[in-house]
Parts: sequence; C-alpha cells; structure tokens
Amino acid sequence: MTMASAPARPQSRSALKRTFERYPFLPALIILVVLIVLNGWFQPRSLSFVGITGLIKTYLALMLLAVAQTYVIYAGDIDLSAGAIVSLVNVVVVGFMAQWGGDGLTILAALGLGLATGLACGLVNGIVVAALRLQAIVATFATSIFFTGLALYIQPVAGTPAPTLFWRTYGGRILDIPFVFYVVVAFAILLVVLVRTRLTLRLLAVGDGQQEAFQSGLPVTAVRIGGYALCGVFAALAAFCITGDTASGDPLVGGKMTLFSIAAVVLGGSALAGGYGTVVGSVIGALIIGFINSLVFFVGTPSEWQNLVQGLAILLALMAGVLVGRGARA
Amino acid sequence: MSDAATPSHSPAAAARIVEFAKQPLVVALILVAALLYLGETLSPGFASGQQIMRLLIVAALLGIVAAGQNLVVLGGREGIDLSVGGVVSLSAIVAGNLMAGENAGIPLAIVACIATGALFGLFNGIGVTLLRIPPLVMTLGMLGVLQGLLVVIRQGIPSGRAAPGLADFVSQPFLFGVPGILWLWVVIGLLMAFLLGRTVFGHRIYAIGSNEQAAYMAGVPVKAARIALFVLSGVFAAIAGICLLGYSGSSFANVGEQYMLPSIIAVVFGGTPLSGGKGGYTGTMAGALLLVILQSILVTINIDESGRQMVFGITLLVLMLFYGRGRSMRA
Repeated sequence: MTMASAPARPQSRSALKRTFERYPFLPALIILVVLIVLNGWFQPRSLSFVGITGLIKTYLALMLLAVAQTYVIYAGDIDLSAGAIVSLVNVVVVGFMAQWGGDGLTILAALGLGLATGLACGLVNGIVVAALRLQAIVATFATSIFFTGLALYIQPVAGTPAPTLFWRTYGGRILDIPFVFYVVVAFAILLVVLVRTRLTLRLLAVGDGQQEAFQSGLPVTAVRIGGYALCGVFAALAAFCITGDTASGDPLVGGKMTLFSIAAVVLGGSALAGGYGTVVGSVIGALIIGFINSLVFFVGTPSEWQNLVQGLAILLALMAGVLVGRGARA
Repeated sequence: MSDAATPSHSPAAAARIVEFAKQPLVVALILVAALLYLGETLSPGFASGQQIMRLLIVAALLGIVAAGQNLVVLGGREGIDLSVGGVVSLSAIVAGNLMAGENAGIPLAIVACIATGALFGLFNGIGVTLLRIPPLVMTLGMLGVLQGLLVVIRQGIPSGRAAPGLADFVSQPFLFGVPGILWLWVVIGLLMAFLLGRTVFGHRIYAIGSNEQAAYMAGVPVKAARIALFVLSGVFAAIAGICLLGYSGSSFANVGEQYMLPSIIAVVFGGTPLSGGKGGYTGTMAGALLLVILQSILVTINIDESGRQMVFGITLLVLMLFYGRGRSMRA
C-alpha cells in the first residue's frame, strides 16, 4: 500500500527531507509547539505547573489509547473497539475494588484483573480479525458492541465510586511531585522498551506488505494478534487513568474516545495504511487534541460554538499533518 | 436448464447450486427469511403484515443512508464515509426548523437539506481526491465539524417539527397500502441498479474501485468520479435525515449517529467488500433489512440491554463469517 512512495528515491535529498523521514512526527510537533505558545499567549496560567499537571491528568488516558491504536495501525489494521475496552476495564476495576474493600492490595489485584481483561479483549479482536480474517472495521465494531454489552452487564448505570485511596493517589503528589508525572516517566520507559522489541518491528513489516512479510517467513497472523493484544493492554492502562481522573465507574465512558484515538494517531504522522509511524507521534497527536480543546476555551469561544471550532481545528490539523507529512516524504 | 436443475448427483449441478447459494444477496435473503421465522416463533405476531411494514420503514431509513455509503465503498481506495451520521442529524434538524410543522415548508426543506448534504459531500470529496487525505481521516474530521455544527444550530434546545405531510409520507399507507418512504426506497433501489449497471458513470465506479491506475489510463476522470460519489453519499444521507424527521416527529440530538457504522455493516452484509470494486446495491438493501430484523428480534425477546448488546455483537460476527473473508496467506 505504500508502494507509491517507494520507487525512485533520488540520490540527493535535502537534509530537511531526511529529517522528516526519520522523524515523521515533526509536523505534529510543530503544530503542538504553536498550540502551546498560543495557549500561553491567551492564558499564561495554562502553562503553569498546575495547568500542565491538570492537562496531563485529563489527557493521559487519550495518550495511552492513541498509543494502543498505533500498534494496531502499524500492521495496517484498525480497532474501533478500543473505547469499549476502556469502558469495560473501567467498570471491571471499579467493581472489584468496591467488592474487595478498596485497600492497597485489593486495588493492585483489581488493576491486575483489569490488565487481564484488556489483554483478553485484545486477543478476541486479534483472533476475529487476523485468524478468522474478517474486515477489521466492521469486525471490531461488532466486538465493541459485545464489550459494551459486557460492561453494561457488570455495571448497568454509571456512578459506582472508586475507592478514595485510588483517586487520591492518582490526583495527589509523592515527594511533592504529582503522581501523574511518575506515570508519564513509567509510560515513557515502557514505550522505549517496546520500540526495541521484535513485535514492533514485525508489526511494521506486516503493515508495509502482508504478503511480503509472510513470504519472508513472518508469522503474520500471530503478529497481527500480538498487535491487538498490545492494544488491549494499553487500552486497559488508559482505563486506569480514566478511573483515576473520574473516580467512578461508567459503562460508556470510553465510547467517545475511539475516534479521537484514531485522529491522534493520524495527527502524529502514522500512515493508516500501516507500515509507517511512531508512538511518540500518537502521544503528540493526543496532546494536540488536548491543547486545541483548551485553547478554544481560553480564547473565549461562546460555549455553544466550542465543539464546532474544535472540530474545525482538528480537521485542519489532520489535513495539514497529512499534507506536510506527504510533502516532506515525497 | 431442466436437466441441470433436477436433483441429479452430477457434481457440476451441486457446484452450481452451492455457487448460487453463496451469492451475498441470496445469503442475506435466506437469513432474512430465517430471522423472520425465528421472530415469529419467539413472539407470535412478529411477522404479521403490520410488523413487517414497520420493519421495512426502519430498514428503508438505514437503506437510504447505506446507498451513499455503498457508492463510496464501491469506488475503492479505502473508500468509506464516517460523516453520514452527522449529515443525517444535520439534515433532520435543518428540515425540522425550515418546515416547523407546516406542509408549505416541505419543498424548501427538501431543497435546503439536499444542498447541505451535497455541500458536505463535496468537501469530503475534495479532501479525499485533490488533497489526497485518506477517506477515513477526512470523513472522521468532517464528522467532528458536523457534530459541532449541530450544537450551534440546536443551542441546547430541541427545535423543529415535522410537517404532517412528511409524517404521513413515512408512516401512512400511500399507494397499494404501502407508505411513501418504501416506494421511495424502491425507486432508489431501481435507480441505483440502473446507475451501477447501465450507465457510463456506473461502469466508471467499478473501474476506479477495482483498479484506479488502469481506469486512469483508460481515460476515466478518476477524481471527478470520486468527488461525485462523496456528493451522492451526502445527498442520500440528507434524504434519510428528512425521512427520519418524518419518522420521529421532531429532531433531537445526534439522531443520525446510529446510522454511521450500521450503514457500513449493511454494505458488507450486502456483499460489497470494503476494498471496493465489486458488489451492488440490491445486496445492501437486503443487508439493511437483515440488520433491522435482527435488532428487532433482540428487542422482542425478553432480555435486558446488556444481554441484547452481547447477543447482537456476537451475531454480527457470526454473520460476517458467511461473507467474503480475507484471503489466507499463501507462500
């Protein structure tokens, strides 16, 4: 699918183009910097320590979900159930925390169970798409309906509170540093480790050309299932952040996040067709969405116009990202 | 014909029957019949004339949206239109406000809605062809814009009412005891069959859908054709939005969202693969009917919402197994 960009690479390429090719998230980074400057211009306090902490607290879940989506898109697939997995893990975690008491150990046990749930959902998606060879868009839509049903079964209505210890920790500070910063560091280390794994490389190879990957001996089906499994695990991590942020269980909390996660991946310069992209770009993409939303608020847009301006800004950013990215690569 | 059709044990005849039964349209129709039978056994009266008429009306709404989706998917190059749900909602609101319960406002509402749908389709088409943004990305971004626009127009209050004439068109018998919307669906079905099978434009759709490069070499105006597909998708979604207003009486928040992904599933169940280039609308009509009957059966049987969704999700997956699956890898 990326054939068009492959042939006839001229010998003399400008250094700029080489840089863009090496770091496909550069256009996104530029957009992000502009947005940060504008945010600071219109509301200096938004760039204060407290302001940044708040933004990270709110958008950490979307960053994680965008990363989740990236691994699937690497292989040229897509996961429309990512948001439903977030909802399911959210109610599972909150449900078990409430049932088991809510002290430190039971919280960890519930989180472990949440990770297992995410992994299981990812495996289901992988098997349905890669092993049963159904079309990813419609098949993961079907599984999203199933996961949402499961979440509604576990907790029919929103509102079960998460234990105080859990959300206090997420929103609080350790050694005077907000807890979310530790999460960000841990997340960064995890991503660095994952970039170096064989699975990431294989996902990209499969996305670049499934047939070729198969012919060079890659277990294509297993690799694609692996991508979905990784997506499920990261969706579970995103659910933990949502739970920490909202401090309650809601069987529909993640539904709206799916399309934003896909937008974030595209904003980050990854190709939807697969075989090309970075997780860093997706994190930047999620931050772009976050900063657009806060900027629209800070410039004083009337409340009923905010959604429209956000929608337009995201559409323009998506188009700009695709165009600049292609121009730089061509 | 006669000797082939007799139940002889010749493998050729058996193969032909299997080949016939594997056509997506036939699969969909068999499933529709089976589901109607199942519904009737689960709750007597499910397959009564009145009930079937109601199912057909709901299916027509989905089917009209799916017509546009079908065209975009047929055009290939990952063609998909995620913005249809937004256009349906927008059209319903615009129509409701323009007619405000008066029959006199219907013509203006129809013209305005179709123009709106065409305009957003045009934006999508331009983004996809001239700027070469992937359709999924372009229409996803457009969906966000449309949802924002809905908030602006609505200003938080439900507004707009269907004119009585429109409501009658959707739900009251019009000709031979069949409501107007079903006649409209039949006409759309015939037009689509004519368009795809008999016109130059129809052949071009299949050409760009199966091999864009070859179509371009053969002189097909690829970009213009693809823009036209997106415009038509917007127009069909707008028509569905007007009909939806007539069905529900007044327009409320995001009524169209429920059509976004189901319209894609109806297309797939109708035998048009998402890779495009083959398939048609007749199958999609059956696919839309299939989806609606399935949902209706789940409402009939006495389980709560969670169980209903789980069963619906699994059933969709099982049904997908009947349709074209991807090729298995061969060395």
